[in-house]
Amino acid sequence: MIFTIARNELRRMFLSPLAWTILAVVLLILAFMFLSNLQYFVMIQSRLLSMGSDQGLTAVVVAPLLGNAAVVLLLVVPLVSMRLVADERRNKTLSLLFSAPVSMTEIVLGKYLSLVGFLWLILALVALMPLSLLAGGTLDFGMFGAGLLGLALLLAGFAAVGLFMSTLTQHQTVAAVSTFGVLLLFWILDWAGQGSGASGILGYMSILNHYEPFLRGIFDTSDAAYLVLFILTFLMLSIRRLDMDRLGG
Amino acid sequence: MSDEVLVEVEDLSRFYGAILAVKHINFSIRRGQVLGFLGPNGAGKTTTMQILSGNLAPSTGRVRIAGHDLLEDPHGAKQAIGYLPEQPPVYRELTVDEYLDYCAGLNRIARSQRRAAREAAKKKCGLSDVGRRLIGNLSKGYQQRVGLAQAIIHLPPVIILDEPTVGLDPIQIREIRHLIRELGKEHGVILSTHILPEVQATCDQVQIINKGELVLNDSIEGLSRHMQSSALSVGLRNTPDLDLIQGITGVKSVQDQGDGRLHVFYDPAIDPTEALVELAVQKRWGLYELQPQRASLEDIFVHITTEEHESLTGAVA
Repeated sequence: MIFTIARNELRRMFLSPLAWTILAVVLLILAFMFLSNLQYFVMIQSRLLSMGSDQGLTAVVVAPLLGNAAVVLLLVVPLVSMRLVADERRNKTLSLLFSAPVSMTEIVLGKYLSLVGFLWLILALVALMPLSLLAGGTLDFGMFGAGLLGLALLLAGFAAVGLFMSTLTQHQTVAAVSTFGVLLLFWILDWAGQGSGASGILGYMSILNHYEPFLRGIFDTSDAAYLVLFILTFLMLSIRRLDMDRLGG
Repeated sequence: MSDEVLVEVEDLSRFYGAILAVKHINFSIRRGQVLGFLGPNGAGKTTTMQILSGNLAPSTGRVRIAGHDLLEDPHGAKQAIGYLPEQPPVYRELTVDEYLDYCAGLNRIARSQRRAAREAAKKKCGLSDVGRRLIGNLSKGYQQRVGLAQAIIHLPPVIILDEPTVGLDPIQIREIRHLIRELGKEHGVILSTHILPEVQATCDQVQIINKGELVLNDSIEGLSRHMQSSALSVGLRNTPDLDLIQGITGVKSVQDQGDGRLHVFYDPAIDPTEALVELAVQKRWGLYELQPQRASLEDIFVHITTEEHESLTGAVA
């Protein structure tokens, strides 16, 4: 049932020009960044070798690419997630789901899955760029894999926030703006009280601090657990919020 | 017509904040029955429908659909209902076929039977020719039919239709009404509307709801009997004293229609006709016409809903 809903969401997403536009723009920008990083690597390659540095292709080209991808997608996720529930609420099509024999959890998971599916599709296309380097070089697959896993979890977290914000309102733009606000806040949370004791908790809450280790090729279960908990929290909130539609008035 | 009870509503209430939109409603529907749910705007029709379809949770009370409690066993209950809200819940960017396939999937129809279910629903709703067209490009009437097809695709025992003929042209209205009658043979249908002839044309049971309360629950036959003999049209040459007529036992109210014509409403149990004639002769009012009035459903509707209103304002004052 979850997959029925997810498939329908994905189909409707790709029937609108929005999904295609986002795919095109994101890939264009990331490809440009990838190529400029690559050019930089070619420029400094001989110097790196002469210095005996262990910084290779993956660290110089792939890690910044994934880091940039996270920022670009932080801007893009609100645009994709905003319509999930807000649009259905506005067009009064939610009652189709509510009167069908499916639970709130199935509705939320179905919609969430469609969004994660779309974001992971972007991720897969982005991953093809570094893989193309295999034609003329080698990659550190451990580091690359950790980075991809980190970005996959991060995007799933973005999606959960976006879905929740979309359940709060019937205006797509409101959903998009608040998603962007929450995501950006989580991103810059460790700026607060830097250098003082207060940075401890806020720094720990910052989503960026849990993404960066992945990019350095470090898989820390506490970082993964943070992201998983982050996702679950916002999914639970979404289910609660949709239930409130029935209970409240 | 079998006697299987499909919907049982007990003591149903719903608050919106402090406003009580639906007040302690009780009713039931059997298989083979078309129930007309009638009321002015804001009476609580849509709220009741939304509760029955699981879109709103009731504040108090119980709803049982085909033996499943809506709150304890929502899956079982929702499997047994098809719901068409006021605005058909269609995705404009899908074709009719895609949309109906999705609805079939949502209602847990096995993959192998989806096609057959979709074709059957399309045939019933007259959509066979538009399967490949985008719903957004269809006219309002066709969109309404797609909504209806969605509600019946899984052949639910109970079909809930919220104002199904709003925005349709007269021919489409006739077709939809015919379809509802057809559906009413095998299913239990609840139909909400504020169009009175629609109820007379399609329903066999009528409920009138006003300000959240059920004020009438009767069969169409019972209602027409009720309608036949509860009013008199009286023509008098001399202006009578209305209070005297009002004083006759059984008379509920008197309305002066002008040019010596009166409408006398009375309690159907006590027929005041003879007493009225005697009084007219005694007082020399010049009685020249006396006609039992066959009140339309509209009269009853207006009578009941305004009476309720008066008693309410009376209570406040």
